[in-house]
Order: sequence, then C-alpha cells, then structure tokens
Amino acid sequence: MKHTLSVLVENKPGVLTRVAGLFARRGFNIESLAVGQSEDPRLSRITITIDGAERPIDQVMKQLHKLINVVKIRNLQPSGMVAEELMLVKVNAEGEKRAEVLQVAEVFKAKIVDVDRRTVVLRVVGSTQKLEAFLELLKPLGVLEIVRTGIIAIARGKG
Amino acid sequence: MTPQSKMKGSEAIVRALQDEGCDVIFGYPGGVVIPFYDALLDSSLRHILVRHEQGAAHAADGYARATGKVGVCIATSGPGATNLVTGIANAYLDSVPIVALTGQVKSDLIGTDAFQEADTTGITLPIVKHSYLLQDAAELPRVIHEAFHIAGTGRPGPVLIDIPVTTSLAEVSYKRVETLGLPGYRPTTRGHVKQIRAAARAINDAERPVLYVGGGVISAGAAPELLELAELRRIPVTTTLMGLGAFPETHELSLGMLGMHGTVTANYAVHECDLLVAVGARFDDRVTGKLSAFAPKAKVIHIDIDPAEIGKNVPPLIPIVGDAKHVLAALVKELQGLEWTPERTSAWLAKLKGWQDEYPLHYEDPADGTLAPQYVVEEIDRVTRHEAVVVSDVGQHQMWATQYYTFTFPRQWVSSGGLGTMGFGLPASIGAKIGRPDATVVDISGDGGFQMTVQELATAVNYDIPVVVAILDNSYLGMVRQWQDLFWNKRYSQTHFERQPDFKMLAEAYGAVGMRVTEKDEVADALREAIACGRPAVIDFKVAAEENVYPMVPAGTSITEMIGGVAPRRRKKS
Repeated sequence: MKHTLSVLVENKPGVLTRVAGLFARRGFNIESLAVGQSEDPRLSRITITIDGAERPIDQVMKQLHKLINVVKIRNLQPSGMVAEELMLVKVNAEGEKRAEVLQVAEVFKAKIVDVDRRTVVLRVVGSTQKLEAFLELLKPLGVLEIVRTGIIAIARGKG
Repeated sequence: MTPQSKMKGSEAIVRALQDEGCDVIFGYPGGVVIPFYDALLDSSLRHILVRHEQGAAHAADGYARATGKVGVCIATSGPGATNLVTGIANAYLDSVPIVALTGQVKSDLIGTDAFQEADTTGITLPIVKHSYLLQDAAELPRVIHEAFHIAGTGRPGPVLIDIPVTTSLAEVSYKRVETLGLPGYRPTTRGHVKQIRAAARAINDAERPVLYVGGGVISAGAAPELLELAELRRIPVTTTLMGLGAFPETHELSLGMLGMHGTVTANYAVHECDLLVAVGARFDDRVTGKLSAFAPKAKVIHIDIDPAEIGKNVPPLIPIVGDAKHVLAALVKELQGLEWTPERTSAWLAKLKGWQDEYPLHYEDPADGTLAPQYVVEEIDRVTRHEAVVVSDVGQHQMWATQYYTFTFPRQWVSSGGLGTMGFGLPASIGAKIGRPDATVVDISGDGGFQMTVQELATAVNYDIPVVVAILDNSYLGMVRQWQDLFWNKRYSQTHFERQPDFKMLAEAYGAVGMRVTEKDEVADALREAIACGRPAVIDFKVAAEENVYPMVPAGTSITEMIGGVAPRRRKKS
C-alpha cells in the first residue's frame, strides 16, 4: 500500500534529518521525498511517499507528531489529492531518432529544455503513472539520465 | 519582566539555568566548556564534579526521578558528550526529564573533524525528546527555556543542547524568557470527555477489573487519584517496574509487580481479568510476554499522555490520550454518579486473595550457609520501614529489590527500566540523595554493575553524600548466568567473575565506609550502622552464588507460564 504524507514542519536546521531518520528507525522505506517552503516562510512542507509499508502507517504518523518541529501531518488519500512530480530526462537524439523523441515529447506535452548535437533534455510534469508511461516510450530510443523531484501533493478543495 | 543585560554567553547559560529553577548541575569540565565553568565560579549554582560523564547523566536522572524536577548535566565536546550518551538513552527509555548541555567546537570548525569534535546532536538524535545546536547566541535564553519546558512536560524526556564555544564567548543581551515558540508541541493533557464516560461505564460494569499502572502515574503525580479510583470501585492494582510506588504495596488491593519477574497473582489476574485499565504504561515485552496471550479475556482501556503508545502493541477498546492525573480524577468524578455495589467484584477479589495465599513470593535459605539475597532485601525493607528511597542497578538484585522491598510512595524507587543500564545505581543514588537529602537512600547493587561506575564513590565522598550501597555479591553476572542456567544448558560463558576486588577495602580506599557481611544475623546491624554513620557506605553482602530470581516468565511465552511460581509456602512479602 502506498501512502502519501504531507508534513508541515518548522523551517529549522536538522528537521529533515529528524523526519527521515524516524522513518528509517521505525522500519519504513521512503520512496520519494520533496521539501520546500510553504505559504508561511517559517514553515516548510515535506511530501513523503512510502511504498509497500507492511506496518500500520498510523504508528509512524504518531511518532512523527512527537517530533517537536513537526507542526502538522496529513495522510493524503489518492481520491482526495492532486499529486504530481517533475522529471528531467536526457535522451539519445542522434540522427533519425531525434524526430521520434520530439514526437513522444509532443504527445506527453514534455518541454525541450536543452538540445545539443547528440542529446535532448526533456521536462515532463504529471502523475507518476504518466511519467512511467513516458519513460517506457523513450527507453527504446536510449535514455541516458533521469532526474525526478519526487511527488508533491496537495489536498483537493478546502479540506 | 526582567530587564535586559549584556553578558557573555556562558554567563547567560548559568543565569538561564537558575531562572529555570535549577539548583544543582552534575558535570565534568573540558576545553570548550571552560567559559561555562568560569561563569560558574561567580554564581550560586551548585555543581557536582563527577568522575566520569556517564555518572553526571545518571546522577541528573536519579535526581529527576527522586524529586520530579528536571535534572541537569554538562560535559565537554567529543568524548565528554559521547560519555553522556548511555545516560541520555537511559533517561529517554524511562521518560525522565533531564537537560544535557554539551560543549561543541567553535562554530567555524564544525564539520572539520576538529579536536574533540563529535556530531553530538547527530549521535543523540534517536535518544532525545528534542535537541538544539545553539549556533546563534541570541537564541540562547529562549532555547534553554524551551529545553526545560519540553523535558518536563507531556511525556517527559531528555533534551540536549549542544553549545559551540563561540556561543559561550559571544556577547548576549540576556532577558528572561517566559514565552514559547513551539507551534508543533502541544501535549494533550485533558482526556476526551466521551471516552472518559465510556471508560467509567466499562469500569462500573466490570466484574474482574485490574488496574495496570506504569511510570506515567508517577510522572503525572497521579498517585492520589489512582488510590481514590482503586478504592472507589475496589479495583486491584498491579504496577510495572517503573510504576512501583505509584500504589502502596501495603494496601489490600495491591497485587505487586507484573511481568517477567512479577507475582503469580498479578500475572494470573491480568490473564483472567475482564477489564484491564492501563494507566501510563506501555505494554512492554517484559510485562506482556507473548503479546497474543496477554490479557486474552479483557477489554482494554489505555490511558496515556503519548498518543503513539496507544495501540502500539495492544489495540485498546477505549483509548484515552491525556495526563493521568486529569483523566483519573475525571473517571472518579464520573463513577461517583453511577450506581454500583461491592458485590460486583467481591468474588474476583476473593479469588485474587486465594491466589495470593497460594502463591506467595518464596525462597529458601541457601544450603551452603551464604546469605539469601532476598533476605538481605527484606532486611533493608524492615530496617528502613518501607520509607527509604531505593535505587538499584540492573540484574538479579534489581528484581529481588522489586519483589522484596515494600514500596509505599511515588518516587521512592529509582531504577533503570527500559534500557537496563548496568552502572546506573551508584551515580543515580548520588543524584537522588542530593535531591532528597532528608531521605535514607539505599542503592541495591550487584558486584557487576557496581564496578561499572564505581569511580563515583569518590564523588559521594568528596561532597559528603551519605548513600548506602548494598552489594548483593555473588561473583556472577547473575541474571545472564540465570538465563544460561535455564535456557543454555548451564553453559556459564563469561558470567563468572573469578577474581573480584575486596569491596570493603575498595570503599575504604575511596574514603567511604566499607563493610562485609557474611552472616544472617549481621545483616540488620550492618545496615543500621551504615545508615547511622552519615557517610557514604558500601556493604558487601556475600550472597548465594547461584540463586535464581523466581517466578520467571521465559521471554516470549505467556505470562501465565511461570517457572518457579508454585512452590511450598515458606515466606511471604510482609
């Protein structure tokens, strides 16, 4: 079962270490993690996704709550959130491959952010599934490097 | 509001400690804390110079447990700080409020592997309630104020402040801080009203209720409310190791301790009860044994200030997050409005009484004429009339202390529970005695653990702190030997101390009173003499070498499966 946690923390040194360390200590593997300033400059928001957690998530949420610098935690439900990530992909685009790469990019609304004689760097934004599908199509053409931000997620509506 | 005044960071630390009500600090100097020690010279803050930093942490811990106040210790950077680690972990596992100050190298040297540099906040991260690396001297007053607040409130625990020497040397405008900037820290103290009502109904309806009480009741100062609740509905009470003293063991409703070395009655009671009310306890494996077989017939009410403890091991029917003092008082109030007659639980209480008569704690005098360790504890109990502050180390003697001393009031028992730290006893007893100078403080120790921090005898003598150390000396690491005896085919690997020091002479070398007792009829007199002499005293009681602690629940089995629980009736805990 995959979980997406949105954790509001005080913007102070060492907070990320505390949060990440707690997951490791309690036996959870972090699949992705994204951090940035929130609407309040004193607070940062961390989006953490955990995959294949066999232990109940509420125990780690309660432990997380006990960290002094953690202000709020939400366990976002798939139906009640918008979750996206950004990926940069460097692909081989030599010769006739170049046209094919550009075609795939077009379909996925990926933006070309860098081009040289042999490679193209594409930027694509979307759900994890979209990014995976995009990669599937690019793989035969020769993916050289991938960088992903990790999922950031926000609750839908006012909730 | 106090006026602002300019001073050195180190002076501000001393001032802030005093503003937090700290009157004694346990520590050991070193390079980067020289500014602090210099400022100390001009203050009225009492400092106890220990002989090893671990002793400072344990002494602060013992002081905190015996008094309920926040204990404070200080060490230098690097090895000073790493020597505190065991003591901090010990306080963390038992939820003891201490503030540990550590020196750190100059700010601009952090991360360069400088002399005596260690990543103290990193090393201690999993064993503190919170920690600070105090780089900005302007934050100093607020950080110290927050540290004391965090350590002492909610579920208490250790807070570490790592202070670079540059912060200690910086100029600070000190102003006493009385506000907190902790948006993420708001412990729930008041229990949920509906949950309390539901719990009251369950208690009222129960025919076989048991109160299972842990250290949280002591931390919360909830012993009076517990007594009121137990008496109001005639609910028998069993305590954990950490809960000893929360309920008087002289009371007819007391079942003693439960768990691995608990009483037969307490363990049977938990197994048979229809309602288990856990208060400030955490269903530790030493208490529950095999979890799936624990309290199989019971509805569970779990009251704890830490929401993470609720449902961690046992899913309760009625969880209540809150401070034990508040919740128990609210329960009493709620119950007073409900109809109830004593007949509801009378059959249950009669059954428990029957078990108590049938399965008392028991031991035999050793055949070789050596002292029974249990007898020594009974004599300590008798001589001190259940009124001493009893400190222990870790091992067999600790379990005999829980079984054969009669605990009657909170903060009477100072012992390392969760971490099981050998070497805790002596320094903790020094801290306890400093916090409770009017009490008789007896450290029940073993010949193994005593030597792990024996150097603190010098501290006790130096400051004239008259603690009595009773070593139950069997020349074995007794508890491990017992496991080897019972579960490893008596293959005693490295648990026999073939050569031990002469503890009497060792004590005298430190300037303490040393005694050795080998005869039964000398035990009480030696104890009286040691207590009366008004000096630190060590009594080496030569006890039976291979005595085991019974009853014993083998790890991982049901707590009804006790070895040595049923035996001929010989002695009873009075």
